Amino acid sequence: MAVAVTLWGVAGLLVIALLGIVTQRLAIGSRLTYSACLLVCLAILFTACSKLLVSAGNVEHLQLPVGLPWIGARFALDPLAAFFLVIVNLAAAVASLFALGYGEHEKNPGRVLPFYAAFLAGMNLVILSADAFSFLFAWEFMSLTSWLLVMTYHHDADNRRAGYIYIVMASFGTLALLLAFGLLAGPAGNYAFADMRGAEAADWHRGLVLGLVLLGAGSKAGLVPLHVWLPLAHPAAPSHVSALMSGAMTKVAVYGFIRIVFDLLGQPVWWWGSVVLVLGSVTAVLGVLYAVMQRDLKRLLAYSTVENVGIIFVGLGLALAFRANDMTTAAALAFTAALLHAFNHSLFKSLLFFGAGAVLGSTGARDIEKLGGLIHRMPWTAFTFLGGCVAISALPPLNGFVSEWLVFQAVLLSPDLPEWGLKLLVPAAGAMLALGAALSAACFVRAYGITFLGRPRSVAAADAWETDAFSLAAMSILLGLCLLAGILPGFIIDALGPVAQDLVGQRMPQQAALPWFSIVPVAESRSSYNGLLVFAFIAISAMLAVEAIHRFASRAVRRGPAWDCGYPDPRPATQYTADSFAQPLRRVFAGVFLARERVEMRLPGDGRPARIDIRLRDLVWDLIYAPIEGWVAFASERMNTLQFLSIRQYLSLVFGALVALLLVVAIWT
Amino acid sequence: MDLIPRLAVQGAEMLLVLILAPFLLGFTRKVKARLLRRQGPPIFQPYRDLLRLIRKQVVLADNASWLFRAGPYLIFAATWVAAALIPTFATGLEFSWAADLIAITALLGSARFFLALVGMDVGTSFGGIGSSREMMFASLAEPAMIMIVFTVALVAGSTQLSAVADFMLANVTLRVSLGMALIALIIVALAENARIPVDNPATHLELTMVHEAMVLEYSGRHLAVLELAAALKLLIYISLIACIFFPWGIATPGSGAAAYAIGTISYAGKLLVGGFLLALFETSIAKMRVFRVPEFLGVALMLGLLGTLLLFISGSF
Repeated sequence: MAVAVTLWGVAGLLVIALLGIVTQRLAIGSRLTYSACLLVCLAILFTACSKLLVSAGNVEHLQLPVGLPWIGARFALDPLAAFFLVIVNLAAAVASLFALGYGEHEKNPGRVLPFYAAFLAGMNLVILSADAFSFLFAWEFMSLTSWLLVMTYHHDADNRRAGYIYIVMASFGTLALLLAFGLLAGPAGNYAFADMRGAEAADWHRGLVLGLVLLGAGSKAGLVPLHVWLPLAHPAAPSHVSALMSGAMTKVAVYGFIRIVFDLLGQPVWWWGSVVLVLGSVTAVLGVLYAVMQRDLKRLLAYSTVENVGIIFVGLGLALAFRANDMTTAAALAFTAALLHAFNHSLFKSLLFFGAGAVLGSTGARDIEKLGGLIHRMPWTAFTFLGGCVAISALPPLNGFVSEWLVFQAVLLSPDLPEWGLKLLVPAAGAMLALGAALSAACFVRAYGITFLGRPRSVAAADAWETDAFSLAAMSILLGLCLLAGILPGFIIDALGPVAQDLVGQRMPQQAALPWFSIVPVAESRSSYNGLLVFAFIAISAMLAVEAIHRFASRAVRRGPAWDCGYPDPRPATQYTADSFAQPLRRVFAGVFLARERVEMRLPGDGRPARIDIRLRDLVWDLIYAPIEGWVAFASERMNTLQFLSIRQYLSLVFGALVALLLVVAIWT
Repeated sequence: MDLIPRLAVQGAEMLLVLILAPFLLGFTRKVKARLLRRQGPPIFQPYRDLLRLIRKQVVLADNASWLFRAGPYLIFAATWVAAALIPTFATGLEFSWAADLIAITALLGSARFFLALVGMDVGTSFGGIGSSREMMFASLAEPAMIMIVFTVALVAGSTQLSAVADFMLANVTLRVSLGMALIALIIVALAENARIPVDNPATHLELTMVHEAMVLEYSGRHLAVLELAAALKLLIYISLIACIFFPWGIATPGSGAAAYAIGTISYAGKLLVGGFLLALFETSIAKMRVFRVPEFLGVALMLGLLGTLLLFISGSF
């Protein structure tokens, strides 16, 4: 039933996509499309929620006679799929609401509307698929539609480059997944997931599949070193699509990883956990370090997505390590923490991208060095964006903290792991995670402080206006959800129970029935956290302080110029800039960026302004991608001569190739 | 015990930390002055300062936003809640299970987050420099703190502070990992409280200040709230060190009034010792250059990581 409803929803989204081609000419075309998407996504969201909460036990299957002729297309809805449907469709519904207002800025809606609905359909279809062919088809469909959205503003050369790198990486990722499924299907060609589950395979064989999945799903999720396309492509799309790509599409990639590694591959080997842990923790720290250095608000958010994907993968790596050693309680904790973080991240990252979109819409600027003081001109956007910053910096009482706290609790359970490799690795991963959390606080203080606080650095920022009601509603809903998920995480953890039960063999203990809605991951004597009480305490203490101060203190207020140690300067250029804010961190972590700063100070009497040049190098790009680019260029240069041969030479080439292949076949058999 | 007395003990603890915080500050200043052979201000001077600030009018910069006015209260509230969760004179306080040591660290992180934001609100260069450096210090001090938490939690088998204090009380042993955690925690405490050698609480020399730079634009009651929050933070860190590493005399839940009295007296004694040692340390060392601080904090991070690693290798370290 639920599968059918969801598939009808997908069909509806595809119809909306087709209609979008027609309606984009109408004045209310984008409103029509987005409200239709909103309704369909709400319907799927409702179905998935009820599936997850009410009837999680039975897995629904459906086979449609489309796709490859002799196998058809299989779809299934189990708790894992239902949970990811919730993430995707919640993000999509809110993004559609946001776009009801934001989409009006669009000068050329025809380049967005059809692809937007198709993109949503693609993401839903990936999650529903239950055989390799439909999975790969849906995956590629999702990649291509999102690529079309990235190319919305194709007049800009930077966006064209972003789109080019994205399509190359996406094709590479799909290729890796194709090979992974080929290995999983084996010589018998078991395309259906149900057949792959039971299949026996050697450890090296399964390890190879893990590597391929890390390449395929990891490149879509943004794991370092496969992340290079993400900070280019995500910001290039319109803001509500950026929010979906960061908030939902990376989660679909995480879903793909979980589906294959946790579900189809069977019992893990311990070193799988260590590989995923290393990748996750490196991703978390590098992602946020690059985020701190960005001046483009949307690119900063995209790099922060890389960081959060790292955190999710650290949780998944821990879960793999625990499960390989049959420590199911700990595995359930780590796995739930990872899924909860995926959910939380989709909430606050969408919120932050919406905020960035609102700022972009009203000032036309993405460079935070041109912004400032927006808290006065855009008070509501500023308030909700602040909430998103607090949530993503993992600060209580909002939701980001809960999932990080759970990951830390899982780390604290790992001394019981028997393997030395893991014993040495897990504390380091914990330290990297803590470093990432602290740096992300620094990153978002900088982003918020430079964008919304201080004095406007440009005319556009000084004349900004508050964004429209739809956008504000979308951001407020997300902020409310961030708060709810932060103070009542027990309900979400309980909803994740069946998912963990299915995939790691145990669920976390029931949380919602605990007194005062606290969460107790293992035992009360070990650790507990109560977001509701912490929130109530902070609110009450703050009110007590306000009350006491207002009763006993002087209430007089005088406005005057800033003090600034006696030398206030009215020019906004004298404020701290984003680059100067990042300078101490750039210096501390200079080894990572190979940062070079050159200061040209003029001699007295020289009228020219002083200059500072900052060069950061992306080691990943320099060490991995630049050589590959070089080899490809070299090889194509050499092969270029093949283009200008005569017909005789071509025929002899064909003949030679044929003989060589026949020889190979003859020797092989 | 019934709910009412338990709530009363929790409330008494919250009031006690609030009352003692300025005293600790005044005591430290007095000891420092005496060590420098100065007379120094009276011990109760911080209270007078607070009262004076409260009576003064607030001078707000023209472009200060609502965040600038709400910030001090949020910072104070987060710090106070963190203080309320720490076992000072008794373990097992009514709400101590609401948050563990990781959450207390994160609560202090919230306070710092808002402090760094309000420092940037008016848009002066000093506020920015203070916020920027504070976040740079924090980006190393916070992971160090988490690693200390890991070390302590792996020894005690819990991240709940009350359980940690009870464990330490029952199993007094010398451990290498705990020694590392203690040194690391002292380093973090010095950095987080803007004390010498990281920052000088007495300076207003522009280029050396970090904490003072962020609160430069504050005046009147807002400044009073921020000063109180800063004093509370110093008290929090000394109480943390006391309750994790020296929990002697602390009252356990269910013990009688006499135990609470002993607990309070020993807590006051620990604060005096802590304040004295802080003053002694501060007078015997010079302030560092800003870019020496990351190395200093890096030592704390490495010690914490090493302690955790040792405990991962064997629980007996």
